[in-house]
Amino acid sequence: MSGPRVTVQVADFDLGREVAALRGGDAGVGAVAAFVGTVRDRNDGQGVSSMELEHYPGMTERAIEAMIDEAQRRFDIRGARVIHRVGVLQPEDQIMMVAVTSAHRGEAFQACEFLMDYLKTQAPFWKKEQTPEGARWVDARSSDDAAIARWGITAGNAPVAPNGPREA
Amino acid sequence: MKLRLRYFASIREALGAGESLDVAEGATVASVRDALIARGGAHAVVLARGRALRSALDQVLCDESAAVADGSEVAFFPPVTGG
Repeated sequence: MSGPRVTVQVADFDLGREVAALRGGDAGVGAVAAFVGTVRDRNDGQGVSSMELEHYPGMTERAIEAMIDEAQRRFDIRGARVIHRVGVLQPEDQIMMVAVTSAHRGEAFQACEFLMDYLKTQAPFWKKEQTPEGARWVDARSSDDAAIARWGITAGNAPVAPNGPREA
Repeated sequence: MKLRLRYFASIREALGAGESLDVAEGATVASVRDALIARGGAHAVVLARGRALRSALDQVLCDESAAVADGSEVAFFPPVTGG
């Protein structure tokens, strides 16, 4: 693996091509685990007609690179690739992907889930949904904080108490 | 000391993308937040204590006890929702 590990981009991606590049030339790879997040047409009981993703350029890439470094310390993996899209996306569009290669499936599954749990609570992205009642910022979920806590990491992302009325 | 402030998501919508701020030696991210709240107006609303807010110092997530330095980049933003 010699290409970039982390890319934030407006354009769509091709998981098959990314996996091929990730494991290309590495005959020690015996397992690939991948996750793709996509835009749902409903969230929190409301229809979603589109979603806009914002990020913190520079910090985002740096944060995800650090997450991959941590995944490599914790798991016996051979490579990892993360692509996250920004800008306006429609239902069914791909939002992001994580792919991990390893010798055996257990480490690949675990590292992929670890990276997802970590990214959900620590990478600086924000989603804004368009619904029939107007635009709204997506709320952080305490279930995501619980997911990363399983790995011994305190997220501190989701608010402990509701943040008051949603902004329109 | 001069700081560069960056805002994102709902905070950016209320305050703009960022601004510069002069602070005294010994300032922390918490004291920067307090100084902004003390301005009143939109700053006091969206940065209010009790609102869920995260911060980063020089593009790394931080606790508000983090000390800032001349030229630091301090960012305030809501809980993250990527993935």
